[in-house]
Amino acid sequence: MDYVKLINCMRCGMCLPVCPTYKETFFETASPRGRVALVKKVHEGELDQSERMLEYLSLCLDCQACASACPCGVNAGELVAEFTCERKSESGLGFMENLILRKLVPHPDRLETSMTPMRLYQNSGLQKLVRTLGILKIFPKPLGRMEGLLPPLPAKPLRQEIEEVTSAVGAERGTVGFFLGCVMSLIFSDASRATIKLLSKLGYRVITPRNQVCCGAPNMLGGDLEGLNEASRTNIDIFAGYQLDFIVTDCGGCGAELKNYAHHSTDESAAAFSAKVRDISQVLALHSDELRAVLKPLNRKVTYHDPCHIAHCQGIRKEPRNLLTLVPGLQYRELESADACCGSAGTYNICKPEMSDRILQRKLDTVRASGAEILVTSNPGCLLQLKKGLANQLPEVTLMHLTELLTLSMSQ
Amino acid sequence: MQPSFINDLKCIVGEQYTLTDRESLAVYGYDSTPEQESQPGVVLLPGSRDEMASILNLCHGSGISVTPRGSGTNLSGGSLSTNSGVILQTSRLNRIIEVDEENLTATVEPGVITSTLHREVESRGLFYPPDPGSMNISTMGGNVAENSGGLRGLKYGVTADYVMGLETLLADGDLLRTGGKVVKDVAGYSLNPLLVSSEGTLGIFSAITVKLIPKPQGKITMLAHFPVLQDAALAVSAIIAAKVIPATLEFLDKVTIKCVENYARVGLPLDVDAVLLIEVDGHPVVIAEEAAAVANICKKTRCSFFQTAQNAAEALKLTEARRTALSALARLKPTTILEDATVPRSCIAAMLKVIQDSAKKYNVIIGTFGHAGDGNLHPTCLADERDKDEIMRAHAAFGEIFEAAIAMGGTITGEHGVGLAKKKYLPRLVGESGIRVMRGIKNAFDPKGILNPGKIF
Repeated sequence: MDYVKLINCMRCGMCLPVCPTYKETFFETASPRGRVALVKKVHEGELDQSERMLEYLSLCLDCQACASACPCGVNAGELVAEFTCERKSESGLGFMENLILRKLVPHPDRLETSMTPMRLYQNSGLQKLVRTLGILKIFPKPLGRMEGLLPPLPAKPLRQEIEEVTSAVGAERGTVGFFLGCVMSLIFSDASRATIKLLSKLGYRVITPRNQVCCGAPNMLGGDLEGLNEASRTNIDIFAGYQLDFIVTDCGGCGAELKNYAHHSTDESAAAFSAKVRDISQVLALHSDELRAVLKPLNRKVTYHDPCHIAHCQGIRKEPRNLLTLVPGLQYRELESADACCGSAGTYNICKPEMSDRILQRKLDTVRASGAEILVTSNPGCLLQLKKGLANQLPEVTLMHLTELLTLSMSQ
Repeated sequence: MQPSFINDLKCIVGEQYTLTDRESLAVYGYDSTPEQESQPGVVLLPGSRDEMASILNLCHGSGISVTPRGSGTNLSGGSLSTNSGVILQTSRLNRIIEVDEENLTATVEPGVITSTLHREVESRGLFYPPDPGSMNISTMGGNVAENSGGLRGLKYGVTADYVMGLETLLADGDLLRTGGKVVKDVAGYSLNPLLVSSEGTLGIFSAITVKLIPKPQGKITMLAHFPVLQDAALAVSAIIAAKVIPATLEFLDKVTIKCVENYARVGLPLDVDAVLLIEVDGHPVVIAEEAAAVANICKKTRCSFFQTAQNAAEALKLTEARRTALSALARLKPTTILEDATVPRSCIAAMLKVIQDSAKKYNVIIGTFGHAGDGNLHPTCLADERDKDEIMRAHAAFGEIFEAAIAMGGTITGEHGVGLAKKKYLPRLVGESGIRVMRGIKNAFDPKGILNPGKIF
């Protein structure tokens, strides 16, 4: 941990009004500058790495809203993540962490197979039975929450279905690699299908290497730097095998992690890889005029939720909004505090259910106030969290990935 | 602190809002003041006026000190507990009790965020002008206790000019009501002005009634670049001499411009000595005339470029960028020592010269920005807390700047308060008799000295 990064925080408090957990609690320990101070005091030997200290730090969503708000360039979320990561690498991975992060996540086929029982569970009617009888109450709470979060799964993950090469429609303008997010492929395959369709329609040949692996974000989250490095090496090698203009992803979390490969490695190939990574909205925004020509009227009210991994981690805010305003008839309404976290934050909504629900509630209130009929976002974590929230409170609002909305408008 | 005392506190505010663990006490040991740190014995977050009164009553009986705190953005160490006492954080008392559109007043609890009040009253066509740099997180209680200023001070004045009524809890928890919604009130001593800027040493506010005014119909935001620092100062004096009173007349020097632009990327020039951010507001016809006059004066005082914001979004970007000045300066060096010496506005040019000379003499980097229009500059020394010699030189430079400010008929602090940070300079400014009178007032309000001890004098 770089000590200078810690003393750069001058405690001005500019981060407090944007921090979701400070807004909920008013506790200084739950604020970005408080977290930086805690880490700094451990570093200086004034405080120990107590369980309570880690509990305080674990309340951080790592949404990085504080980093966007900080005029002196401190990233409290990242510092906390780095600190937690260092501590975990000292103590080593636990049995379950090892099982999930090393044996499951890096192997798409195993990950996909692991979902089969869930698919069976949903399709056989067992899910309906379980929910009706309230059987989940007897299982540990996190399991119940996971079950509640999962929308109906597609019959097959996209990775198994999609062709490795999707040709360009019409004249070919270039070649892009498509990075399949695990959750996108497993759960939101329709959205990724829409993404590939848009790219090919705009004249890109789309290569989706089947042997690509998870971006490594779960490893980072779990403090498994070695696992992350392995994931990045594998992906960098695979994509280096093609001549690509861009490496495109429609998952905010993957995009942020892939762009970060360059920071975790001094290797030139990592820098070259990261430099090519684009969020889908960045690529689409290059072709606004062509899109405008093919988009058909959609007379609905729409709003956009900024995923933290897109707005705060990648600094992308304008592109998705501009793309939405291209659709004729679509009335865009800005969401209040659009770039505030929805409370999903990786596994946060399972590990910290109470805080996650409070943060989600704020988001749902702003969606209600916006009067929108369609809520657009572009990150699977947000999609899962908001889907659950909308189903309970605002069933009339349709949730869509950005590319789903655009293809919907094209097919009108 | 006795466990039985802590238990009594828990009974008042609840276990959840009584913080005694090492980690919590550590992070309540600072506010936004550089170089000041002092941990409290316990932190309380009461949820009502009654709870606050009970806390004070209990502490008064036990002789334990109480220091009020809002969001902890104080810049003079005022929200730190100097003797391991109680920190009373008012954030949970955050209701806007009433906006009275007939009397043009708003009544709020102390934990209401300043910009939340702005939004609420502006949605009704009303206006609460005080806008301290930290308004997106600062609390109204803190603003009143410190008499916060802001960017609009030149035309609209400071917090004190808007406080009409206060509900204050005294040291023993008794309630004192002063002022109210009446415009005229000469019954007895004027206690409101005394309580405003008392820095938590006389009482703790439980409700605040402020004056509102109609929201200005329009505003024009302008930016002028000056290749020569002194020309910017001349422009400030010339604008005011021309009887144009802008709502905002802010100054940023080269060091500050560079840091702000680095963060905010609003297109500030990197090759000039200073910029002025000027905002006129009011009736559209009047502000058009004023803006033209301002442009004219800036050109006469050799500005190299003059820009008018084309829309509200562009204007907001410029003013928000200015708000980040202090924090953005921390990009250059980890420790930013900020002062707010204030001089009569006719002395701005002379004051800028003093600041430049002191920085040179003591070999320190000082970035200067601030409310040039009202004589309130923020020379900010950029240092590294690990370099003790540099810190000493910084303080020596500021010692000279304060002396100069006093000699010009100015003050050692325009809006940040004395707190801990400027205690040693106060006697020099107000003299022995000044300190004696202040002590007398403190004794009358708080004979046991439990309210925010160790501050001001």
